[in-house]
Amino acid sequence: MNKQLLLGAEAIALGALDAGISGVYAYPGTPSTEITEYIQKNKARRAQPVRSTWAANEKTAYEAALGMSYAGKRALVCMKHVGLNVAADAFINSAITGVNGGLVVAVADDPSMHSSQNEQDSRVYGKFAMVPVVEPASQQELYDTTRDAFDLSESLQLPVLLRLTTRLAHSRAGVEAKAPREQNPLNALYAPERFVLMPHNARRQYNHLLGMQDRLEVLSEHSPLNRLIPGTGTTGVLAFGIAFNYVMEVREAHGLSFPLFKIGQYPLPRKQIEDLFQSCETILVAEEGYPVYEELLRGYFGNKNIHGRLDGALPRAGELNSDSVARALGIEKKELLTVPEIVVNRPPELCKGCGHRDMFEALNTVMHSFSEHHVFSDIGCYTLGALPPFNAIHTCVDMGASITMAKGAADAGLRPAVAVIGDSTFTHSGMTGLLDALNDRSAVTVIIADNDTTAMTGGQNSSANGSRLLAICRGLGVEEQHLRTIIPLKSHLEENIAVLREEIAWEGVSVVIAERECIETAARKKRQKVAKP
Amino acid sequence: MQTNIILAGVGGQGILTIAAVIDLAALKCGLTIRQAEVHGMSQRGGAVQSHLRISDHEIFSDLIAEGSADLILSVEPLEALRYLPFLSPEGRVVTATEPFINMESYPAMEEITRELHRTNQPLLVNATELAREAGSARTSNMVMLGAAAPFTGIAPEELESAIGQLFGAKGEEIVAMNIRAFRKGEALSQLQATAS
Repeated sequence: MNKQLLLGAEAIALGALDAGISGVYAYPGTPSTEITEYIQKNKARRAQPVRSTWAANEKTAYEAALGMSYAGKRALVCMKHVGLNVAADAFINSAITGVNGGLVVAVADDPSMHSSQNEQDSRVYGKFAMVPVVEPASQQELYDTTRDAFDLSESLQLPVLLRLTTRLAHSRAGVEAKAPREQNPLNALYAPERFVLMPHNARRQYNHLLGMQDRLEVLSEHSPLNRLIPGTGTTGVLAFGIAFNYVMEVREAHGLSFPLFKIGQYPLPRKQIEDLFQSCETILVAEEGYPVYEELLRGYFGNKNIHGRLDGALPRAGELNSDSVARALGIEKKELLTVPEIVVNRPPELCKGCGHRDMFEALNTVMHSFSEHHVFSDIGCYTLGALPPFNAIHTCVDMGASITMAKGAADAGLRPAVAVIGDSTFTHSGMTGLLDALNDRSAVTVIIADNDTTAMTGGQNSSANGSRLLAICRGLGVEEQHLRTIIPLKSHLEENIAVLREEIAWEGVSVVIAERECIETAARKKRQKVAKP
Repeated sequence: MQTNIILAGVGGQGILTIAAVIDLAALKCGLTIRQAEVHGMSQRGGAVQSHLRISDHEIFSDLIAEGSADLILSVEPLEALRYLPFLSPEGRVVTATEPFINMESYPAMEEITRELHRTNQPLLVNATELAREAGSARTSNMVMLGAAAPFTGIAPEELESAIGQLFGAKGEEIVAMNIRAFRKGEALSQLQATAS
């Protein structure tokens, strides 16, 4: 047995490579980033090329993957949960067109919001789109399931949603790989009746999708991801995805013997769930994420024999663990050591020497001269500017929202209206908002913090920076005299303050690009240069 | 056997290098491993931890249950205290003593030491100093691994051979320096065991 130690995210990547993908399409986002990174680092060992550079955003990624599938090849598309909001239009409609080559969308949810703004549950999207959803519980299952999901996708001609959560994505375990499969040949599908979603085609395709649902249920009933761990007693447990691990941990540690049904493929396997409900008086439903199926099983008028997140047996929010599951199963809490009072929080911070620090210092100086000083910001390292000592930004909602929210506030009459956005976030979803602002001549000042990378997720290449960012802004219509570049360094502080003051005073759209490479990326490049002279 | 280890530190201090060495050694010994890491926002100077579980049978949960960690291995003294509810009554704390101060309200060192001494035979390691003696302050993580080695359930030779494997690409000198650091930590640990 030859096991390699892989993160859950990496197990998906290896599974996809071994399933014969011809491409991966993704935008970085914790906890999904490592899937694509693994493919980027390991594709060279493959007999056939695998395309893997980063996409501008999740929507472009999804559509490109759909195009690769249309051409007959297998494609993986990966994103974090909120990325699926961006790609939702393409995702939902690809269930209507169906696919040709296998198409698997791996979505990593972040319950407990370790690195996210919400803990939305992607299984809801899978149900919404009416496609099969698979939710493996271990790193080995992630590898095996990813491979199988491509076969499933091709046999059903539907995209398959693979859902995982932070804990599994970022946990290592030994994984055994199987022999790799060859890539599909180019085999483009001429099927306008499927892919031209004009109403007459869309109606037929939608009915086709509805007609497949019974078959999907039967597949779930036969899936190895759904299985019973037999037991005795009147309380049964229905454990979804990674929740199975916590339930098993408690069951073994405390010598319990309740019957347990593990769910890893959706739609739900109706028959087996009926069996469990008939053989038990009460059921504990353990889901990682929203109580999606607990709510369904409980019904609108409630069922007092079902316990879970909705009746407080398990916490309503946040990630599960074996402790919360133990309590739900009636195990008394042990006496524990406590965290001493002197232990204060240690929040993350901008790195020492980071250019964002100098950018915020200049911006704060300028903004504090106004009575109203609102700064609309975005998602990236610079979001840390919200924390002390800077307290420099006042919004962070979704990718690209800084520019558009500043525009709306400016339209309402707020002055100054300032947006701070990174280079990668700007190319992800900021450019269209800037176009809106230009078309409306809104009085906004947009600071693009160009550090030449997608830094927060670990330094992936961004889609445009430096001179290309300038060219994009020019192309969108930013006037040359209001398109400025500053170098966020201590030695440039006075000059930077002056530029920001001038542009904030201008009653129109101005863009200030604060250009300095991320110190982490710069250090890494230096190390690589030393290693390979 | 089963060992539950919580690795603690501040983002950027490199606790995952310690985890990588233990992982390699455990894998070579044919043991099962689960190692949950923190990626993303906290890596920027925030509190980070890794749950590392090693066993000779199947492990289900990636996370360690409360009150069941055999070892808290921390590369920063305050961070060692953050995870005390995970420590089992017999569990041990092994921590570096050099504080990493990046917030205003960092408590006084005497208070931290007092709290550490409330745990079961804590091992406080002047890791930076020992690392310098080994050749470079950058080997302090290997000093810490050496100090914690007796509590991992893995033979020190296996850990040393994993150090060789992990740092091998950087050359013999780097490997030798890291092994020297490991041994300094291990010696300190043995000294404490003999004294108590």
